[in-house]
Amino acid sequence: MSEEKREVVIPSQLLGDIHKNKAGHGTFIENGKIYAERIGVLSKSSEYINVIPLKGRYDPIEGDFVIGIVEEALSSGWLVDINAPYPALLHVTEVPWDIEFGETEKYLNHGDSIMAKILQVDVTKKIQVTLNDRNLYKINGGQIINVEPSKVPRIIGKKGSMIALLKKYTRSRIFVGQNGRIWIDGDNEGIEKVLQTIKKIEDEALSYGLTNRIEAFLKKDAKDVR
Amino acid sequence: MSSKSDVKLIDSKGKRLDGRKPDELRKIKIEAGVLHRAEGSCYLEWGGNKVLAAVYGPREALPRHTQNPLRAIVNARYNMAAFSVEDRKRPGPDRRSVEISKVISEALEKVILTEKFPRASIDVSIEVLDAEAGTRCAGLTAAGVALADAGIPMKDIPVACAAGKIDGKVVLDLGKEEDNFGDADLPVAISPRTGEILLLQMDGHLTLEEFDEAFDLAIKGCHVVSDIQKKAIEDKYKSVLEVE
Repeated sequence: MSEEKREVVIPSQLLGDIHKNKAGHGTFIENGKIYAERIGVLSKSSEYINVIPLKGRYDPIEGDFVIGIVEEALSSGWLVDINAPYPALLHVTEVPWDIEFGETEKYLNHGDSIMAKILQVDVTKKIQVTLNDRNLYKINGGQIINVEPSKVPRIIGKKGSMIALLKKYTRSRIFVGQNGRIWIDGDNEGIEKVLQTIKKIEDEALSYGLTNRIEAFLKKDAKDVR
Repeated sequence: MSSKSDVKLIDSKGKRLDGRKPDELRKIKIEAGVLHRAEGSCYLEWGGNKVLAAVYGPREALPRHTQNPLRAIVNARYNMAAFSVEDRKRPGPDRRSVEISKVISEALEKVILTEKFPRASIDVSIEVLDAEAGTRCAGLTAAGVALADAGIPMKDIPVACAAGKIDGKVVLDLGKEEDNFGDADLPVAISPRTGEILLLQMDGHLTLEEFDEAFDLAIKGCHVVSDIQKKAIEDKYKSVLEVE
């Protein structure tokens, strides 16, 4: 990550020229100029100008791991809310169980939470999710919290460094969905610590050297570390 | 609108009833992100107007037949609170608020990148808590900030401002008495980056020359309000960078 000063941009702000840079995510082109299309933080790489959103709904991308909440059991699948603008479909062929036609309610019902992977997003933004992948299952116990989807990468950290820290110092089980939902399970003390830490990460998501500060924060009152 | 005005709206020194100059706006205060349930929100005070705007979505448009397979639909709902006017406004949509909802929806639709969210709807609630002339401009301005706060992709932050004619003179941003006893009111909404007109309505009579003068004045007003809007959004988000 570059050490340049970060800049908040607002929609319609002029960012550059298409002859010098390429327009990346969160930007649009009009009359050869690049403008920001949403509120976010400016990120310039050698070629592209990107705007990393500060707020907004989760934009589903194929292959993302997410936490979904079942909205409705259909006769051959389920509708799952994954915090995107549209509900996602989980078809019976995409679950690890053998299900008779019309018996979907026996396995997953309204209100159940699942860890899922996004299988497909088509042009009309119809989303399909699947449970046929490693470590995907129905969630039992623990709790789910919501964070801004744009801050998920900071909570995970570089190559999972931040999340590894959290797991190490709080002895909790954590699953971070790309859609901004986080599942936490463990003893009460551990969960409390995770909640505090995630709040801290969210508040300071844009500052540098965050992982080190979080480690110090966690170390402060960690008694026994595995 | 009474043409024979028995109220003196401009005094001998050229000052208006509330002491403003002809091309002076009322005091405007904008705050972004005031509601935590909505995806984006804005509270705006414009003179005596108090307006709250909230944005929900993009979310799947329901009922299904309202969906557009190619783009999102924008539903703005303009509503005046029962206590927003003198006496009491009968609650619920009426002819006037349905019209304003429609023109605001269409203005917002022009700046939002709706093709990014096929089949979805973006719902904007505009609640007028206290009214003192120019609520549609105040509502649209607040909606623009709320949309930006919601992180919705858009080409520009829409802004509105009105001009009008009182005592035979063209002035900016009519106040309550000026609206009631003046000769004409001309609300204009623009996309400040391109100057594209998003909304243009007129009440009363203006000659062609007066119209041009009022129109130019309103556009100038829009740009002033636009700067206040942008500052409000920057103020809300600048703090995220100042943790270190």
